[in-house]
Amino acid sequence: MPDAKTAPNIANAEALKKMYADMLLIRRFEERSGQLYGMGLIGGFCHLYIGQEAVVVGMQAATRPEDQVITAYRDHGHMLATGMDPNGVMAELTGRSGGYSRGKGGSMHMFSSDKKFYGGHGIVGAQVPLGTGLAFANKYRGNKGVCLTYFGDGASNQGQVYESFNMAELWKLPVVYIIENNQYAMGTSVNRSSALTDFSKRGSSFNIPGVQVDGMDVEAVEAAGREAMEYCRAGKGPIILEMKTYRYRGHSMSDPAKYRSKEEVAEVREKRDPIDHFASKLIQRGVATDADLKAMDSAIKARVIAAADFATSSPEPAIEELYTDITV
Amino acid sequence: MSTQILMPALSPTMEEGKLSKWLVKEGDTVKAGTILAEIETDKATMEFEAVDEGRIGQILVPAGSEGVKVNAPIATLLADGEDASAAAAPAAKAAPKSEAPAPQAAAGAPSAPKIEIASDPALPPGTEMVMTTVRDALRDAMAEEMRRDELVFLMGEEVAEYQGAYKISQGLLEEFGEKRVIDTPITEHGFAGLAVGAAFDGLRPIVEFMTWNFAMQAMDQIINSAAKTRYMSGGQMSSPIVFRGPNGAAARVGAQHSQDYSAWYASVPGLKVIAPYFAADAKGLLKAAIRDPNPVIFLENEIVYGRSFEVPKLDDFVLPIGKARVVKEGKDVTMVSYSIAVGLALEAAQKLAEEGIDAEVIDLRTLRPLDMDTVLASVKKTNRIVTVEQCWPICSIGTEVSSQVVAQAFDYLDAPPGKVTGKDVPMPYAANLEKLALPTVDDVIAAVKAVCYRS
Repeated sequence: MPDAKTAPNIANAEALKKMYADMLLIRRFEERSGQLYGMGLIGGFCHLYIGQEAVVVGMQAATRPEDQVITAYRDHGHMLATGMDPNGVMAELTGRSGGYSRGKGGSMHMFSSDKKFYGGHGIVGAQVPLGTGLAFANKYRGNKGVCLTYFGDGASNQGQVYESFNMAELWKLPVVYIIENNQYAMGTSVNRSSALTDFSKRGSSFNIPGVQVDGMDVEAVEAAGREAMEYCRAGKGPIILEMKTYRYRGHSMSDPAKYRSKEEVAEVREKRDPIDHFASKLIQRGVATDADLKAMDSAIKARVIAAADFATSSPEPAIEELYTDITV
Repeated sequence: MSTQILMPALSPTMEEGKLSKWLVKEGDTVKAGTILAEIETDKATMEFEAVDEGRIGQILVPAGSEGVKVNAPIATLLADGEDASAAAAPAAKAAPKSEAPAPQAAAGAPSAPKIEIASDPALPPGTEMVMTTVRDALRDAMAEEMRRDELVFLMGEEVAEYQGAYKISQGLLEEFGEKRVIDTPITEHGFAGLAVGAAFDGLRPIVEFMTWNFAMQAMDQIINSAAKTRYMSGGQMSSPIVFRGPNGAAARVGAQHSQDYSAWYASVPGLKVIAPYFAADAKGLLKAAIRDPNPVIFLENEIVYGRSFEVPKLDDFVLPIGKARVVKEGKDVTMVSYSIAVGLALEAAQKLAEEGIDAEVIDLRTLRPLDMDTVLASVKKTNRIVTVEQCWPICSIGTEVSSQVVAQAFDYLDAPPGKVTGKDVPMPYAANLEKLALPTVDDVIAAVKAVCYRS
């Protein structure tokens, strides 16, 4: 079983800087999304990933090209982490033809067969059997791919999660279940919704091992992710990683988040912010200077502004699109 | 006083069976629980136990007899001290020869109504036809497609080692192995979702629901994940998957096991929905469904599984999805039907013919997309329409067909459309009430006469 405290093994400075840049891209992208939402350019539901960046970036750093990713609707970070183009993601948020789904999916429904990102699912917990099925396909085809199946502390109480656990362990499917425990299922805290709040133990009735990981520490996530994927690739079946994380924004853009105190949020931002925390480490270890990081930030901001420009200038889908892509 | 041992019903739909083997002989003493015989139904071979104690008097139905009707006397049981020879005579009288079960030419379940079925225009002339049950036609379709494409696999409850709860997957495990014929736990929501995920990756799953009633557990994955993904992904991702199993009422299984879901699934964009009646359609359309790049709902019917029909003997018989078929031509009225109700419509057509009403019968075969061209062409010829189906009346397929006919061929109609459906009630258990809840040939005849203004 992987040990969350395994020492970081990415010695390579470039890889470390890439993880930093990837987290920062998500942060800046989400800040811009929030702004576009406020301007009425993004509609409907929009669930921001701010605060949880270390989870997807650390996990993605541990993947190989054949691995698949699937998640629920708080998915912008996952898409950017897999290398999907920020222009296409942002244009989907604005419902334009340049979006990944040509404007027909929206924030919650985006896919990239190229980057092996399988969505983007709006029904809480539904992605868990789907991800288990992607892992089934890997085993069926006899390849070494592992499916990273993300879900939250809220979805962890859905029945289909346990139906999936049962089949995954029964058939030894290569799937890493990543439970992003950001402590709130919309407005309900884990203490008010879950009889067992240690989510790493949620697979114990199925003999699925689980590990708790500091989801605010990208290196700890990468190390745990790498070991978990090795476990799967060795044919040992599924494994659970509980990521202890936190979202700074409300559940969605329309959530005032009155179920928690401002002080609680401020404290996490102050003490555990995954990006600030990692920046200090990089400087401390001499991997990057403050100036290097500032330069990265400027480049990323420019990238995100370009994405927003693309997303607001890309035309709406042609009216013919209403009736395409239903059945072929 | 001797008693009769009767042929037992061993499944909700069993009407007759084969007495394969006697495990007792005349003169043997038996008690409650003694295994008397092995009986083969269309689904399984089952052991048959004694309920009372006594001595076997006379065996009335020899081992190997086929087509033995449920409730026919198969042996006599003597009470203590009773003489076998004394009992033999009355027992024989109790089961006179005319009622004695005799092996029948057509083994298995009741055959379809005898009526001239128009030959399928899609077939090459001179094609050899082989009598095949719907059950075997479905199995053959899966086997052929699994031989053709390594990515096709079957999963569901009891599909492998048990050989299928309704014996549709008989022999598939032996031929294709456990990698491709997969017994699942009883976890419809989970395995439906798992199969859709596998389809996202390009595999070609066939998911068997033991019955469609259980698929309500899986409804979210069928609709939200399978049907909508192509659209939501702008055409990037799809789920080429077949969900299949028996739909609609079986017999005496009550409200939760008797629902017809035709209209539910047919209302969902992103799905194709097929509901065949004949064995050839079951085979040709299931093969098409397995090859189709879209999620396909394949609605079978348990009562129809054992019916035999002609199936063309062709190496690769695939039918187009979305095409209805005129199974009987006629000039006075159009009957539009699908699934088991096609049998009702044909039976009614035969009786109506005796009364001088020449009915055309259309088997929709596919419910989504609906082949309205075939229906409209017929209605323009006959000027009258009656829809015949087993599902509930509100928002039924017949409702939709009639609505489109009224909108698109109003001027051709000589009477308001007629509609025969099941009753608007949960399925009752009591035999008399169940009968009332289901559409009958008489209902169809009455509806046809009404639109023909005949009494």
